[in-house]
Amino acid sequence: MKLKIGLILVMVMTATVFIGPQFTDFDPETIHWDDMAQAPDGVYWFGTDVMGRDLYIRTLLGGQVSLLVGLLATSVSVIIGVLYGMIAGFYGGGVDAVMMRLVDVFYALPFLFLVILLLVFFGQNMWLLFTAIGCYLWLDMARIVRGQTLAVKAQPFVEAAKAMGQNNHIILWRHILPNLINIVLVYATLVIPQVIMIESFLSFLGLGIQEPMTSWGALVSEGADNIEMAVWALCFPALFLAVTLVGFNLLGDGLRDYWDPSNKHQ
Amino acid sequence: MNDLNDKILLDIKTLSVIFNTDAGHVQAVDQLDLSIKPGQTIGLVGESGSGKTVTALSILGLIPQPPGRISSGEIIFEGKDLLLLPEKQLRQIRGNDISMVFQEPMTSLNPVFRVGYQIAEVLRLHKKISKKQAWRRTVELMDWVGIPEPQRRSRAYPHELSGGQKQRVMIAMAIACEPKLLICDEPTTALDVTIQQQVLELLQQLQKDLNMSMLFITHDLGVIADLADEVVVMYRSQKVEQAPTSEIFTHAKHPYSKGLLACRPKLHDNPRRLLTVADFMDEAGHALTPSAEQFLPQIKTNKSKHKTLLKVNDLKTYYPVKSGLFGRVKTWVKAVDGVSFDVKQGETLGLVGESGCGKTTLGRTILNLQQATSGTVKYDGVDVFAQNPKDMRRMRSRMQIIFQDPYASLNPRMTIGQTIMEPLNIHRPQDSKAMHWERVAELIKQVDLNPDQLNRYPHEFSGGQRQRISIARALAVEPEFIVCDESVSALDVSVQAQVLNLLLDLQAQYGLTYIFISHDLSVVNFIADRVGVMNQGKIVELNTATEIYRNPQNPYTQKLLHAIPKGVPKMV
Repeated sequence: MKLKIGLILVMVMTATVFIGPQFTDFDPETIHWDDMAQAPDGVYWFGTDVMGRDLYIRTLLGGQVSLLVGLLATSVSVIIGVLYGMIAGFYGGGVDAVMMRLVDVFYALPFLFLVILLLVFFGQNMWLLFTAIGCYLWLDMARIVRGQTLAVKAQPFVEAAKAMGQNNHIILWRHILPNLINIVLVYATLVIPQVIMIESFLSFLGLGIQEPMTSWGALVSEGADNIEMAVWALCFPALFLAVTLVGFNLLGDGLRDYWDPSNKHQ
Repeated sequence: MNDLNDKILLDIKTLSVIFNTDAGHVQAVDQLDLSIKPGQTIGLVGESGSGKTVTALSILGLIPQPPGRISSGEIIFEGKDLLLLPEKQLRQIRGNDISMVFQEPMTSLNPVFRVGYQIAEVLRLHKKISKKQAWRRTVELMDWVGIPEPQRRSRAYPHELSGGQKQRVMIAMAIACEPKLLICDEPTTALDVTIQQQVLELLQQLQKDLNMSMLFITHDLGVIADLADEVVVMYRSQKVEQAPTSEIFTHAKHPYSKGLLACRPKLHDNPRRLLTVADFMDEAGHALTPSAEQFLPQIKTNKSKHKTLLKVNDLKTYYPVKSGLFGRVKTWVKAVDGVSFDVKQGETLGLVGESGCGKTTLGRTILNLQQATSGTVKYDGVDVFAQNPKDMRRMRSRMQIIFQDPYASLNPRMTIGQTIMEPLNIHRPQDSKAMHWERVAELIKQVDLNPDQLNRYPHEFSGGQRQRISIARALAVEPEFIVCDESVSALDVSVQAQVLNLLLDLQAQYGLTYIFISHDLSVVNFIADRVGVMNQGKIVELNTATEIYRNPQNPYTQKLLHAIPKGVPKMV
């Protein structure tokens, strides 16, 4: 049930932000001098912002950016974090000590400073930026996965696999990894909103998405600033953002249940 | 209030409890009648899932609702129906008039509070006394339940106490308010045999001192032989027999009770195969009579002339205890400390001892799953520790292990077909997939399971069935030697008997050699040809099973044998 609702919400939101722009002739950058902070009506479906730009098209285009960014950064953090944490936890001892101290070192680096450095070296590149966010967020994932790996490793079925002469790669792949799915999925659904928030924070500082491009995070923070003049400028992006996040959370929960063999009835 | 109520403390009338699950209604307790008089001890016996614990929880009003629902019946305690009492009044009865001792002393205490505080909390909850008085009473109680140095121990945290001491603390908590009824839910199942005996003696003493009634829940009839005045046998949610204890042991009427009594291995005159409940009753519940042949005594042949398969020489496994900033090794825990023995082909060597004696470490070291500190293990003339990883992996197909916990030893995310096939993929990669499936189907039939179930996941099976799956996995590559590490300890006695029989059949069929590790002396006596008794990392006595049990030489062996619960006829 959760899985279905989550899947439907995520699919509907994705379809809306990617197909929706076809239905309007407005341009996201055009400033309508006569219609600043216009409430929603038949012409501007979501109203306009204080600069007189159409919010419908801006919300949808911003959604494209937010969704892509969320998925990209989350995948990067999940892939690096799971592999890193699993290897550290499984091999233990010196390998674990060195790998986890390295994580501590990364934690100690100031994130913002890193981002600024990146921008200085490589210029304003959105994709690079969000890969960088992913590369920062994997630290938590690695720690969580390492802890879980230690717990799974101690289970007799892992020892049974060793006793039958199974090699370590296959033990990691077949016995450890599938038993990490729960925690990885739950954590990944928490990372997506985190990424979207970090993105809006960076945009606010002028490091993330730059005008005239936009994202839900940027729209929400803009809307919040001008709440007295145009409350709809906050409402629509916030609503889209909330529905999408609810969708991802349900999807994560649903997938966890779906992959849990004890929920399958014969 | 009429006369009858004066004599009966607790009266359960036609109690039915239903659980609503996704799979439909499950009748957990079906029309149960049970009454307890003041000062009386009732033993409630049955296998797991028979509704014993649910009955106990309904007395305390602790059935989670939903999914549980009490569909009918009354539970009258001192003239009041507990099922109709409001929660507030129930809370005054719980812990005060009726209290409970749980199975797991390890998890039933809160790890972040001192044990004294936890006992005092119960007192402060039910009696209007000051903190100081409560603490004084706590120390008295701890002394009463036989905890040495109660003053100091009351300030200890749960992890600083041993398992037996924790269970004593649980009992102190339960009797703190001098209850009229004490419910004990498998209080000794998680304990070693010597500690089990001490706890049973303590409960018996407390019952006399306080003149309280006791409802003692267990799956093992042997435990309550000394303790209970009357035994109630539950089977598939129903009460099938109620009789005075002595009568149950001599003239059990219901076939299920007969089966329960027969399936427990004894210290002498065991049959060749243990009789199980299935020998006394068919699936539909009709009584069967086992043939005289099934009662023929077991004969153990002398296997000392057989070829030596495994030779363990002065084996030592030490664990370092590290301390300080740089992890300097402070001292060593000598888990296995200079052990030597031989195992002959086709023989079963039993290893017994209490938890922490090093028997599990010994088994794991022999299989090279744990690094040995010194000594050698020669398997079929080959030094196991001198193998390179590739040869070791090949060698593993000849030596296997079956673990204790049937729940944790199967990967929950693999179907049982995949689980049993895994060793085949490793050791016979040249065979086709179809050949592997054929072999898996053959194996699953051999352990009395249905090949149609190969696509199911482990959680769909009961504990006994899972242990069979573990056995099938161990057998897949036709090993000659299997270490059974407490392989039947987590199972109910009736299921335990089936698994023991299966192990014996497989040994007869394939000439397997076993090392059988267990804390249960009667089980080891049944299955083993020779027995080694372990204490603190050393084998203190090693002899044929018959000799060990008839004529124990070492004082430690004598102590262990003495601690076996009565109700099983003793030979000395």
